[in-house]
Amino acid sequence: MIYAAGIDVGSTQTKSVIVNDKLEIVARSLIDTGANVTKAGERGFTDALKASGIRREEVVYVVGTGYGRYKVTFGDTQITEISCHAKGASYLFPATRTVIDMGGQDAKGIKVGEGGDVKDFVMNDKCAAGTGRFLAQAAEALALPLDDIGEISLKAKNPVRLTTVCTVFVESDIISYLAQGKKIEDILGGVHSAIAARTISLVRRVGIEAEVTFTGGV
Amino acid sequence: MAKTAEANKTNYQGQMHLLQKELMGNYFNQMTRAAEHGEGKAAYMLISGNPVELMLAFDLIPVYPEINALQLAVKKVALPFIQKAEEIGYSMDNCAYVKADVGLFLGDRKTPFATIPLPALILCNYVGCNVYLQWFEHLAEYCDGTLYNLDIPFMRDPSGKPTAADVTYVVRQLEEVIEICEKITGKKLDYAKLKRIVALSGETGEIWSRIKGLTKNVPSPFDSYFDSVTMMAPLYCLRGTEGGLKFFETALKEMQEKVDMGQGPLPEERFRFVIEGPPPWPYLRTFRDLFSKWGAVAVASTYSTVGGLWEFGFKHDSNRPLESIASHMLEWNLTNRNFLQRYEQIRRYVEEWSADALVIHSVKSCRLFSAGQGDMREYFTKELGIPTLLVESDIEDPRYFSEAQMKNRIDAFFESLEHKKIVRGAAAAGGAT
Ligand code: SF4
Repeated sequence: MIYAAGIDVGSTQTKSVIVNDKLEIVARSLIDTGANVTKAGERGFTDALKASGIRREEVVYVVGTGYGRYKVTFGDTQITEISCHAKGASYLFPATRTVIDMGGQDAKGIKVGEGGDVKDFVMNDKCAAGTGRFLAQAAEALALPLDDIGEISLKAKNPVRLTTVCTVFVESDIISYLAQGKKIEDILGGVHSAIAARTISLVRRVGIEAEVTFTGGV
Repeated sequence: MAKTAEANKTNYQGQMHLLQKELMGNYFNQMTRAAEHGEGKAAYMLISGNPVELMLAFDLIPVYPEINALQLAVKKVALPFIQKAEEIGYSMDNCAYVKADVGLFLGDRKTPFATIPLPALILCNYVGCNVYLQWFEHLAEYCDGTLYNLDIPFMRDPSGKPTAADVTYVVRQLEEVIEICEKITGKKLDYAKLKRIVALSGETGEIWSRIKGLTKNVPSPFDSYFDSVTMMAPLYCLRGTEGGLKFFETALKEMQEKVDMGQGPLPEERFRFVIEGPPPWPYLRTFRDLFSKWGAVAVASTYSTVGGLWEFGFKHDSNRPLESIASHMLEWNLTNRNFLQRYEQIRRYVEEWSADALVIHSVKSCRLFSAGQGDMREYFTKELGIPTLLVESDIEDPRYFSEAQMKNRIDAFFESLEHKKIVRGAAAAGGAT
């Protein structure tokens, strides 16, 4: 049996998958990247191998992606996660024409052609406003677990209007709404609307075309 | 695969580079002598569409704060000057050129390349960027130099042509500048000398435009962004001098030789792109390597036309020295041109220089360039179907350059271009069988 692996060395986490020759996922691993990016790639790969009992020589092709892709020194090639998201989305959903990737620090809109080639893409500017960090910051300001805030926000009846999608200033915005006695679900509703509005205007720059596939941790 | 290949460095060093070093060295030494020994008087001007010919006719030493600022950035010593300006109240969002220059001006004006003389004349040529006005007004506040603002009407008509009144208006002001120069130097204008200088500018500009035409060749003999920088300094600092002309004659000869030998700046030219916007000076090498590793060569750049646009037919005319200086200031430099003209210039570059793509480098602290670049991206991708990448950092401030982010965008862009190439290649091969 032959296998191929993909290793995504991200700024916070390193994700590895191994697929068989039918392109089925047979192993995966998720670890924190930590300070040593080169080691993280190695370790992620080894973990996935161990979990599946696949031998290293059986993996005939390794692709590195993510910010640390050039540190996957044992890989055969490096590809940006922009191309990877486009390919992956259109592999799972062949009619994909637009990919919205919401990550921890990046928000991207990718226009995809048939077969998953990247036609055009836009990304958020250098600051992390309106990305996953923004949600994490909001959860922290409200002392709630990150995983819970989505559900709570769905209960919102009168979502507040946030004045900012800035990851740094969102905290003071939230505190001032709490001081005004606003409900937590309404504040979280506002947080989610703000991030959605910002993402839509970003993705509109490449043009939104059906089908839209969401990727990324958010 | 090119993706993992080491960045291909260019290390072409010809006669032109030696000459450039020598001539620019002389230029900076002249500034130092003026600053330290009072030899000669300095006139401060801005790069975009300036009347340097007039200054040279009075033997005034042209000093360009923009060039000083960019030299500081290239030598990676700009930040302390920027911070000094911020300490006295300039905001984070101010043009970083201004801040680096003000920080320098308020100290001892010593730099690794020259000591900058104080100005006898502060001649603001107000073309396009309104920061120019405030910048030079501030400098005038900080010293005794005489300030004159040349008010150059913007190319507001869609045709991009100045009216007859525009030209007269500028010529009238140039006459006032002549009177001021006569007062400062105690000399009358030598009209024959002015004509000779304007003729030199005319010839220099013409040769420069021929050099720029050479990048239409495949492979392009040089990179019209990163290598043009070597030629822009003599174009701005030495235009209208014998030395400047000699430099461009040498450069043309050497570049023509490279064309004849089929040589380019990289071992292999795989992509040709047009680039809009000024470069990130503090990270020029890093920025260049991000393209080189893909075999991407800039075949045309708008930035190399900030000081003047010669490749579309303009030439200084020594029979009408003042009028032709005026038309250079009004019509034939990038910054005074309207957006439709900027679009048209880029479109022509893409078509006539056979480029695969457009890259826009947006500059955080420069509104003149960055305003409207979002629309520009839309226009070129959606209306013209030209693959366009927009990246952002700064022209001067090292704090805005994030290499990982930049690399990610550039890699993804060229990955998609490469994919297109492969698909096209396969289709062509399929069609042939
Ligand atoms: S054109 Fe840009 S960089 Fe130049 S002075 Fe104006 S704002 Fe500054």
